[in-house]
Amino acid sequence: MTQATKKETPLTLDVFTAGIWKENPVFVMMLGLCPVLAVTNSVLNSLAMGIASIFVLVCSNALVSALRNFIPKQVRITTYIIIIATFVTLVDYIIQAVSLDLYNKLGAFIQLIVVNCLILGRAEAYASKNSFTKSVVSALGMGLGFTLALVMLGGVRELLGAGQLLGYQVFSTQFEPWVVMILPPGGFIVLGSWLLLINYIQQRKTGQIIAADATAHCTVKP
Amino acid sequence: MNPESLSFIFLSAFLINNFVLAMFLGLCPFVGVSAKRDTAFNMSLATTFVMFVSSTCSYGINQILIAFDLEFLRLISYIALIASSVQLVEMVLKKFSPALFRALGIFLPLITTNCAILGVALFQTSREYDFLQSVSFSLGAGAGFGLAIVLMAGLREKLELSNLPNITQAAALSMMLAGILSLTFMGFAGLGGTNA
Repeated sequence: MTQATKKETPLTLDVFTAGIWKENPVFVMMLGLCPVLAVTNSVLNSLAMGIASIFVLVCSNALVSALRNFIPKQVRITTYIIIIATFVTLVDYIIQAVSLDLYNKLGAFIQLIVVNCLILGRAEAYASKNSFTKSVVSALGMGLGFTLALVMLGGVRELLGAGQLLGYQVFSTQFEPWVVMILPPGGFIVLGSWLLLINYIQQRKTGQIIAADATAHCTVKP
Repeated sequence: MNPESLSFIFLSAFLINNFVLAMFLGLCPFVGVSAKRDTAFNMSLATTFVMFVSSTCSYGINQILIAFDLEFLRLISYIALIASSVQLVEMVLKKFSPALFRALGIFLPLITTNCAILGVALFQTSREYDFLQSVSFSLGAGAGFGLAIVLMAGLREKLELSNLPNITQAAALSMMLAGILSLTFMGFAGLGGTNA
């Protein structure tokens, strides 16, 4: 073991929490949008997808980080992809064994975790540069943030589109389901609305700064 | 064997089950490269080409894997295949059109992680398309991706000129626009069969 590694910043709680809100992969970094929109027509699907993604994210980041000094620079992306694909194949078979029903609902999107930019992005940007523990902790935070976003979307879509939450009837039978929310357009619109809300909150929080150059901002770029 | 006709497969992938707007595949480039119409168009050409190459090759690879009973390697071999065909496109572009190469920038290598491409390979496998059907499916999917991204780029170019509130900056408004586009595309749903 060589001790020649660069001096690293210590492991703090910030490493973990950054992924959950401040750098939330979906709402702030806009990564891995495809599964976010495709499987969030119910809370259960969102949760299953989130857990599968956490597993792949943590395992692949752990392995990438552990091997970071051995992977040649030129073929690193290919190596990362193959590491990720291995874990996704695992998850694919595990879900098939645990619940075939769920597997059929999620369809190809389990296998499509391979091309989730979030996972490859974290491997490249974080795990390949940081120590094992830090990578695992950060991956866990990112994964939780991703799951949180999925559930936030899935909750709204299921509630409005079917009047249910996790399969339990929330609204009375008089409620006419807003079916479009479960259909593809609903995914875009709900995500757009969450982004608007988050932008609004951010603007309120840092109101001083934004208000100061609001006019300049409006004229430069919409 | 799947009994669907070639024209139906093409139309279905192109309009009815549009890859971007109805199946949510390939959203990263859809949001990322749709700021200018020219770039969007070129991106869709590159993507369609990679789709076509990887779809035909993955058909062959799948036959080999089935022959040797190695289906569990499917995902890994598909992704390796896509990565190498992207590399090919990258080299060709760099040689023949450096300007386009620069314009696409980071999004060119990211075609590898464009889920639409892996999606084509996976769906054609699970629906058991034969060779010609796979070709028609990949071309339809590519054309559908191109249509969606060019429409989106057109809308976003118009947005540049309009006066918008602060909170709609970045991707929020793009998502709303995509939702409305997707709503429009639902009008095609009556054209043929439903989702497979």
